[in-house]
Amino acid sequence: MRADFTANADTFPKLLLINAATRANRPANRLKDYGVWQTWTWLQVLEEVRSFALGLAELGIGRGDKVAIIGGNRPRLYWTICAAQSLGAIPVPIYQDSVAEEMSYVLAHAAAKVAVVENQEQVDKVLSIAERVPELSHIVYDEPRGMRDYDHTRLKSFEDVQALGHAAGKSKYLGDAWERKIAETKGADVAVILYTSGTTGNPKGVMLSFDNVMISSRNANQFDRLTDREEVIAYLPMAWVGDHIFSYAQSYLAGFCVNCPESPETVVENRREIGTTYAFAPPRIYENLLTLTMVRMEDASRLKRAMFHFFIGVARKWGENILNRERVPLHARLLYGLGEILVYGPLKNRFGLSRIRVAYTAGEAIGPEIFRFYRALGINLKQLYGQTEASVYVTAQPDGEIYADSVGKPSPEVEIKIADNGEVLFRSPGVFLGYYKDPQKTAETKTPDGWVHTGDAGFFDPKSGHLKIIDRSKDVGRLKDGTLFAPKYIENKLKFFPNIREAVALGDKSDFVCVMLNIDLVSVGSWAERNNVVYGSYQELAADPRVYDMVAKDVDAVNRALAEEGPMAGAQIKRFLILHKELDADDGELTRTMKVRRSFIAERYAPLVKALYDGSEEVDITTQVTFEDGRKGAISARVKIRDMPIYPPAGEAAPLEKKAA
Amino acid sequence: MRAPSTAEIAAGQVLLAVEDISLAFGGVKALTEVSFEIEKGEIRAIIGPNGAGKTSMLNVVNGFYKPQQGRIVFKGVSHSEMEPHEAAASGIARTFQNVALFKSMTTLDNIMAGRTLKMHRGLFWQILHVGPAAEEEIEHRRKAEEIIEFLEIPHIRRIPVGRLPYGLQKRVELGRALAMEPDLLLLDEPMAGMNLEEKEDMSRFVLDVNNQFGTTIALIEHDMGVVMDISDRVVVLDYGRKIADGTPDKVRDDPDVIKAYLGVSH
Repeated sequence: MRADFTANADTFPKLLLINAATRANRPANRLKDYGVWQTWTWLQVLEEVRSFALGLAELGIGRGDKVAIIGGNRPRLYWTICAAQSLGAIPVPIYQDSVAEEMSYVLAHAAAKVAVVENQEQVDKVLSIAERVPELSHIVYDEPRGMRDYDHTRLKSFEDVQALGHAAGKSKYLGDAWERKIAETKGADVAVILYTSGTTGNPKGVMLSFDNVMISSRNANQFDRLTDREEVIAYLPMAWVGDHIFSYAQSYLAGFCVNCPESPETVVENRREIGTTYAFAPPRIYENLLTLTMVRMEDASRLKRAMFHFFIGVARKWGENILNRERVPLHARLLYGLGEILVYGPLKNRFGLSRIRVAYTAGEAIGPEIFRFYRALGINLKQLYGQTEASVYVTAQPDGEIYADSVGKPSPEVEIKIADNGEVLFRSPGVFLGYYKDPQKTAETKTPDGWVHTGDAGFFDPKSGHLKIIDRSKDVGRLKDGTLFAPKYIENKLKFFPNIREAVALGDKSDFVCVMLNIDLVSVGSWAERNNVVYGSYQELAADPRVYDMVAKDVDAVNRALAEEGPMAGAQIKRFLILHKELDADDGELTRTMKVRRSFIAERYAPLVKALYDGSEEVDITTQVTFEDGRKGAISARVKIRDMPIYPPAGEAAPLEKKAA
Repeated sequence: MRAPSTAEIAAGQVLLAVEDISLAFGGVKALTEVSFEIEKGEIRAIIGPNGAGKTSMLNVVNGFYKPQQGRIVFKGVSHSEMEPHEAAASGIARTFQNVALFKSMTTLDNIMAGRTLKMHRGLFWQILHVGPAAEEEIEHRRKAEEIIEFLEIPHIRRIPVGRLPYGLQKRVELGRALAMEPDLLLLDEPMAGMNLEEKEDMSRFVLDVNNQFGTTIALIEHDMGVVMDISDRVVVLDYGRKIADGTPDKVRDDPDVIKAYLGVSH
């Protein structure tokens, strides 16, 4: 291993100086432009950042001033972060798709003096709200297209600002004046303000210091043994803490290259060209890739399809064991090797994941099937749990300790405790300084001794010691006997079965847990076709006893799984029914983003809820429905209710853990 | 709403004049004594009911049909008739009502095909791909890439156009026409068969081409909303005759135009 020159640097501009000296000719950024990858080495990046920083200084930017950054992932916008930091100014990346209203709030709240934006679209948006942001004196744009006819008194192109800086560098800032400015930056300074969009109210500006970001990122680099040979592709919003850490902080610390795709539509293709080694994506990206592959395979020739399914079967059986370096019989290893040549290799190449060493998913629960599919192919997909307030890392899965339903162990230097109401609290060097201009909210979230409330409820799995996140803590209830009841956790477990489309779990302040289900018409319908089950409508299929039998198996599997999970063992499903109609946003049962509205449903189907808890075997119900053309009608049905066996909690650790929770 | 383009700045300069054109196929008169002018930098629409002679008019300008009478003055040079390749070489590019692309070639290759006329090195040098020939190709590729970026189609650069949805094929066709860096761009129903969103996209590209490159555009279009929104002046044809000519507002209120469109018996 080479000596780590970066160990003593405590700010990113200082790191840039070191990287430009020790890795001068290694690539730092790439951008695909005109169909060709353009590369900037660390030395070139230093020159670009220097002239832009001096240009910003000419525009009057100095210590403590805010520089807003709005746009897609472009090298120049990443350089802007470092340029601002080198002057002691604070970069404020803003989501480029935020509506004008939200943008003006953030710009005004942060009192940004300069906005550096990607293109005409963003310039237009900022100009449209300019009068509401009196402090904003200049707008700098990267992409000149369409800008020719604009009034350029407050507008400047990126090149113009660099030219200003270049000229100033020759007169005012002779010698190492800029480097001396950099020397003044300190680890305790605010490095960046990241606005998080709360579900309610205005966005909050999370202030992170250089120490926060650097210590977290340095630990993460060590955790996954990242080097300057990694290749990452930057495609997630720059205003999101994940991108700031992955595509900026970790790159500066490890010295690896950040690649900017040509356009949002070309990310997969660009990823394939680059061959990323370290990747991050929310679950839906992995889902989309898989769905696309499956659809394509349906169109493939019969031979290819048979080969694909055979080797995917092999991978599902042995792939994970091989990835985890467990003992595997020789014939399985040989078969898997053949599969690698014929199927897995080409598939990974299509995904752009041939060279991947570490891939993370986070943000929400990923379906275990999808998760295992990628791992079976030999892709080291792992989960992590993080927050802006933590500089991302709270927990992550170590190599070889991977579970589809956990978010891993506490990251290095992170302490975690579970509050009495099940809420997860953490304390770490990455804990944010506070919310910008909002001491009250800061005090609500962060205790004086540094513990941060995540707002998520979770527990440590007694077997693996991994953290599991179950729900937002405000949604977590309790059964009458005090057992933790996390509706979304149970619903998600059910929904991962292909036969179950929606699930509504009930149990808060009740004696036991019940669920109401929607079957998946596509998947159950195709089962019916294969088994000669005749049905005329959803309602008829949902009431079929054979469908009940099939779904009961899934519910039983969920109960078995819950029994293994310490504090969740008491919240097994005692009774369930299959709803006679599909839950629908038009009837107000789902939100427009397809989330179940639990309390509304409980009210609407009160007779069903009553029957679930009074022990009846079946119940009659009439429900108002709205058809797609807006007409209203009523559906009547007799709904059957099924009782389920409950399993004793597994293991000795369970009761102990319950006490701890 | 849009900023003054080079169009308005250079207004008044006639780029193309159609003078007294008559065209007949056997006994069928497609065009009868049609005259109008296209000014430099403007977006000129040609509208009319089905069979009014719009596409025939474009085909005459483009040199594909030879009129029996009349002449065309393009950039001050008079032509009584012109071969399509001469029209292309003198700076007229067009797209077609039914997309006419090389279906099995990629987007990039189709657009590069539009550069053919701009390539000066012979086949021999192009095959050797050395020295000036290589430099030339790099230059052409750069232009092609600029167009790809301009039309926001980098994600389909390597896809054979036959596999693309119709709306994108139309865009590629526009790209190929732009690759010729034309002075006059003829668009034959660029929005035909598109949904509302695709129409809006296409309208924006047409305006952008006009604004950014100062290209003069003549377009045939059926969607009145589009025509009225984006064109500077409109020519109305009916049964091969010009029945109105002027700004969209003026044309809209013209009694002859209303009659032609409402189908009053002749």
